[in-house]
Amino acid sequence: MSQPLLLRGIRPYGEGDPVDLLVRDGVIAELGPRLGAAGAAVREAGGLVALPGFVDLHTHLREPGREDAETIASGSAAAALGGYTAVFAMANTDPVADTAVAVEHVHRRGQQVGLVEVRPVGAVTRGLGGQRLAELGGMAGSAARVSMFSDDGVCVHDPLIMRRALEYSTALDAVVAQHAEEPRLTVDAQAHEGEIAARLGLAGWPAAAEESIVARDCLLARAAGARLHVCHVSTAGTVNVLRWARQWCVPTVTSEVTPHHLLLTDERLATYDPVNKVNPPLRTGADVEALRVALAEGLVDCVATDHAPHAAQDKECEWSAARPGMLGLQTALSVVVQTMVRPGLLDWRGVARVMSERPATVGRAGGQGRPLAVGEPATLVLVDPDARWTVRGAELASLSANTPFEGMTLPGRVVTTLLRGRVTADDGKVCR
Amino acid sequence: MRHLLAAGDLDADTATRLLDTADRLEQALAGREVHKLPTLRGRTVVTLFYENSTRTRASFEIAGKWMSADVVNVSAAGSSVAKGESLRDTAHTLDAMGTDLVVLRHPASGSAHRMAGWISAHVVNAGDGSHEHPTQALLDAATLRHRLGSLEGRRITIVGDVLHSRVARSGVTLLSTLGAQVQLVAPPTLLPCGVENWGGRNSPVTVSHDLDAALPGSDAVMMLRVQVERMHGGFFPSAREYAIGYGLSEARAALLPAHAPVLHPGPMLRGMEIAHAVADSPRSAITDQVRNGVHVRMAVLYHLLSGQEDRQGSEA
Repeated sequence: MSQPLLLRGIRPYGEGDPVDLLVRDGVIAELGPRLGAAGAAVREAGGLVALPGFVDLHTHLREPGREDAETIASGSAAAALGGYTAVFAMANTDPVADTAVAVEHVHRRGQQVGLVEVRPVGAVTRGLGGQRLAELGGMAGSAARVSMFSDDGVCVHDPLIMRRALEYSTALDAVVAQHAEEPRLTVDAQAHEGEIAARLGLAGWPAAAEESIVARDCLLARAAGARLHVCHVSTAGTVNVLRWARQWCVPTVTSEVTPHHLLLTDERLATYDPVNKVNPPLRTGADVEALRVALAEGLVDCVATDHAPHAAQDKECEWSAARPGMLGLQTALSVVVQTMVRPGLLDWRGVARVMSERPATVGRAGGQGRPLAVGEPATLVLVDPDARWTVRGAELASLSANTPFEGMTLPGRVVTTLLRGRVTADDGKVCR
Repeated sequence: MRHLLAAGDLDADTATRLLDTADRLEQALAGREVHKLPTLRGRTVVTLFYENSTRTRASFEIAGKWMSADVVNVSAAGSSVAKGESLRDTAHTLDAMGTDLVVLRHPASGSAHRMAGWISAHVVNAGDGSHEHPTQALLDAATLRHRLGSLEGRRITIVGDVLHSRVARSGVTLLSTLGAQVQLVAPPTLLPCGVENWGGRNSPVTVSHDLDAALPGSDAVMMLRVQVERMHGGFFPSAREYAIGYGLSEARAALLPAHAPVLHPGPMLRGMEIAHAVADSPRSAITDQVRNGVHVRMAVLYHLLSGQEDRQGSEA
């Protein structure tokens, strides 16, 4: 049994007067004003906002296969520093996470590192090939207890395969997370199809390539009675499709938006710096506005980072040769504060909803996204809402440095992260 | 000006100065048996071509040699590029050898911008993907100036695959900068969104799908190349249908005013884009374009490597 920990002067969900929170044996043992500190280590929190630990439904940890870009250890460190207590590790590794053995490896490595719950996502199809279903049951029943399947990076574009995946997953209480991109509409696509890409001579990635797949998948999910999760919603049109789906009683459809799609637009493309290359691509200001409103309304359920580390040589090249993707774990909260909290679209309880509670529910991550209440796991994050910091890719914990927020000064800072009572990150340092 | 990456790098004054310099260089060489000016002696120009090209590469090479620069040609095939070297490493290698100027042709849009950020040598974009080809725009402008006098208020019609054309992107920008009114004629599948705004705020670009209606009011027509691979991409049903709708037949050329020249950046698909007789008619400015290409490239090399805009008159 470890020493109890007393957090003095926290503001749960940023509401009310500061209270004290006592952690004992990994759970919240007491919560209230002026708690006694007998035998406990005491931390003065000085009015920091306390939220349930963040849950990221969309993380690329790159291990196995691209350990030069990220490892489960370095990605876990970035997650803890970003306030995350659980991450869903996407399946597009090398080898692909499409078998029980592969997902158990990732799961075990995550446990060994111990900074964050690493929950492997299983591939929907073998080798992400889109042709034959992977052994979904085997992965769900493995020690990794896979609860989300995705071919992210590529779309399960064959409607029959998608239909079967959705149907089959209902027996596993799993969710199928779709990277919505009709591949015939995005051949050679390099950037959002719009005036800016047209002028720059970059082949366009039309909004309809996303929207048509989302609409199709909503219909398939409705017919199958299955749970569909739409990855990285990026267009105003997809928001409209989701609104229509909700009105048309497809209650099993959930969705996520990335921090970069909440903040950045295709005006970034003019320099041809591939740090701004991502899939789906940065869209227009009107899309950004629609995504913010949809997240505030709950039409888009949650924020997910699509944290995608890439080695320097895969970004320091010409645009078309660069790999798509951006770092996200350590900047997500600050971008949400900048785009949602400061403009008054979300309060701190809303932040808890979109960064912790909803993603935990979608991913069936038990013990995550729980209320800050006595008897619940001490899996939480302390946030300084008034701090500002300047993003430096080289200073982030990832092995890669491909942040599009380089040099930006953003509001809100993660101070301390606790996973089941254990401090995993504190004041910018990882606690191994 | 350090680099020439896009036609938008040139304001009207700079573009006009370049065109004037090109004219003076042409005059300086006219009638000479030895095509050689000593201006760039001791300067090293590398043409770095990642795509096949005959005229652009030869044109830059001749331009450099006529100015007495040392011109080195590097092609992607048969070099370290073929062994997987990155563009950035190739750039650094050329820079370390003391190259003064790199002429880059590359299939990726934006590659010239990227290279300019990596090296200390000057960079001239000789075509980057579907993005820009600014010296083509300059040679087109030079050709039009010779035929029409000033471009101010002239109506220039550009016909064909605008979507994939770096010639169109550079041409619309530069011609608009020089005061021309640009009209684009193409099937809807080959027109990117937002082309109306390519001319800037003061000279909106007009768009049409009706070539017959566009020609009588045109002071010049520029035909664009249709790449063979586009014919299989479903952008239009067949070469025959394209030729019927957008090819410059003899009957169509007759709709043009008498003073209007016909331009084509080459290589031409005779019979599809342009009728054989039209390409060889007195109206055709196609060989003038090639000739002017050498002179505008001499002017660009000179302008970048001398770095002293006010000296150019005396030295040229």
